[in-house]
Amino acid sequence: MSASFAVELRGVLKEYVRAEYSVRALDNISLDIKAGEFFCLMGPSGSGKSTLLHLVAGIDKPTDGRVSVLGQDLSELTDRELAHWRSENIGYVFQTFNLIPVLTALENVELPLLLTGLRRKDRLQRARTALGVVGLADRLDHRPQQLSGGQEQRVAIARALVTDPSIILADEPTGELDAAAADDVLSILKILNERHGKTIIMVTHDPRARSYARKSSYLDKGLLGPMPGEA
Amino acid sequence: MLVPVSYNIRNLVVRRTTTLMTALGVGLTVSVLVGIGTLVEGLRTSLEVGGDPLNLIVMRQGSTAELVSVVSKEDFEQLKFAPGIATNGGEPLISHEVLTVVNLPLRTDPESVSNITLRGLSPVGTRMRPGVRLTEGRWFETGRREVTVGKAVNAKRAGTSVGDMLYFGRGDWEVVGVFETDQGAFNSEIWADGNLAAADLGRGSMRSSILVRAQDEVAAKALTSLVADDQRLTLEAERESEYYAKQMVSAGPVQGLGALIAVIMAVGSCFAAMNTMFAAVANRAREVGILRLLGFSRVSILTSFMLESLLLSLVGGLLGCLMVAPLHGFEGRIGNFTTFAETSFQFQLTPQYVVGGMVFAAVMGVVGGFIPSWLAARKSVLGSLGAV
Repeated sequence: MSASFAVELRGVLKEYVRAEYSVRALDNISLDIKAGEFFCLMGPSGSGKSTLLHLVAGIDKPTDGRVSVLGQDLSELTDRELAHWRSENIGYVFQTFNLIPVLTALENVELPLLLTGLRRKDRLQRARTALGVVGLADRLDHRPQQLSGGQEQRVAIARALVTDPSIILADEPTGELDAAAADDVLSILKILNERHGKTIIMVTHDPRARSYARKSSYLDKGLLGPMPGEA
Repeated sequence: MLVPVSYNIRNLVVRRTTTLMTALGVGLTVSVLVGIGTLVEGLRTSLEVGGDPLNLIVMRQGSTAELVSVVSKEDFEQLKFAPGIATNGGEPLISHEVLTVVNLPLRTDPESVSNITLRGLSPVGTRMRPGVRLTEGRWFETGRREVTVGKAVNAKRAGTSVGDMLYFGRGDWEVVGVFETDQGAFNSEIWADGNLAAADLGRGSMRSSILVRAQDEVAAKALTSLVADDQRLTLEAERESEYYAKQMVSAGPVQGLGALIAVIMAVGSCFAAMNTMFAAVANRAREVGILRLLGFSRVSILTSFMLESLLLSLVGGLLGCLMVAPLHGFEGRIGNFTTFAETSFQFQLTPQYVVGGMVFAAVMGVVGGFIPSWLAARKSVLGSLGAV
């Protein structure tokens, strides 16, 4: 398995089994994403995009097949090891921001650093820097409800990058934002990719968002293929 | 690494109404337990201070209280010159005393009448209680129909001010003074001349008990043995301090009932804490998912919610102690099942009971918070995030 690939999926199958029926969310997916890539995954709702992101983040396990991220076969890790691995290598950005409402922007960004063993002074310094990168140096003490949607998403990005992970996973990061705020967020992701070498894997419905990515694929009914009209 | 405590504190503040109501429930439970504790502690202090370690009370064999004991003048004379008795200026420290109860109404409610202990004793008997001191007027004089009343009697009972006349026995007795001890049971007594009181009560040469001061520990043991072994006396001696300690039986039913109520309330409070924490976990399921996604372990999540439940219950514990705090120093009265008279005491809120109340609250928090916290920690990341 080549380390030049940030993500390698081989024959990945994911089925959700319920009492009466089963749903195949991903059907024999094989995919390579290079390190330093800005990869966009598009597709209709329920196509399995988020499921694929969950597998890469190690918060879900495939029914069959293999998921390797940064050269690590995730099936070899225990829950505890996965949590540690994730905190070091993965940053995650959600559609609905998912900030902790009772904590300030600075405290939200500091959260992942609590797992690093850094001293408080260093943690706060790094959190301030991360918020500076996303243009929120003047909103450190604001709670999420005191911020606009775009600002909340920028805080979420700062939280995702503060541990300096190699990969940032973004699940519909512009889904809740207006056009201007969406452009801001996508620009930040692009800067993180181009200037800081982060591998970005973004799931989106938004065709405009796709234009920020360098590579894209289309997922429909659990099957991966080229973008419609580009085959 | 643990989730920061500020996260839990702020969540409690954000849900302030729920927090306060749950804390109040825990607080009421703690207040019952600590409140009963202050009563028991006050009564214990009152009865402990009532006894000198070298004083022995001599009563008829089988008697559980001075009130039901009979000791004759002959017995007293036989014992008076026994070896080991302390003296003061050549005079042996031994007092032949008579006890009865008189009915006195409350100052505030003349209809409310209680038994008050009347103790007839000699001036030596007065001096044998060194903690006792006059606060008003003077001591009763031998051969005169005078009484000196304890502080608690003077404070609560009608007709016990200096200059008032009390009617019992065969006539009126003048109140000539007020005495006090350090929260001792004597505060609830009326003292008069022993010979005159016995005559007035028709006791002849019979009294209730003998108070005797031993020279030292060894002498106290020897005197106890001497009284027990002398077949002519048919008396028994015990430490005055032990005698009063036995009267703690009066507090037993109150203590037992209080503990029972507190335990029943504690079960309710545990469920209240559990309910609050279930709501907290349900409302913050996504947050739990985020924390797990960021790398916080299941143990961190469990600890975080347990800590929150603990904080909640400790706030309740503090409220409970604050509710009881005004009771400290408050004067209470309780019927003494041994003497059949009223014993006054002061509620005592001690650091031990405050710590005990807080520990009790903490136990409620831990018990009530465990299941919701465990369920929160047990959920998968995706389950918490609501993705599956």
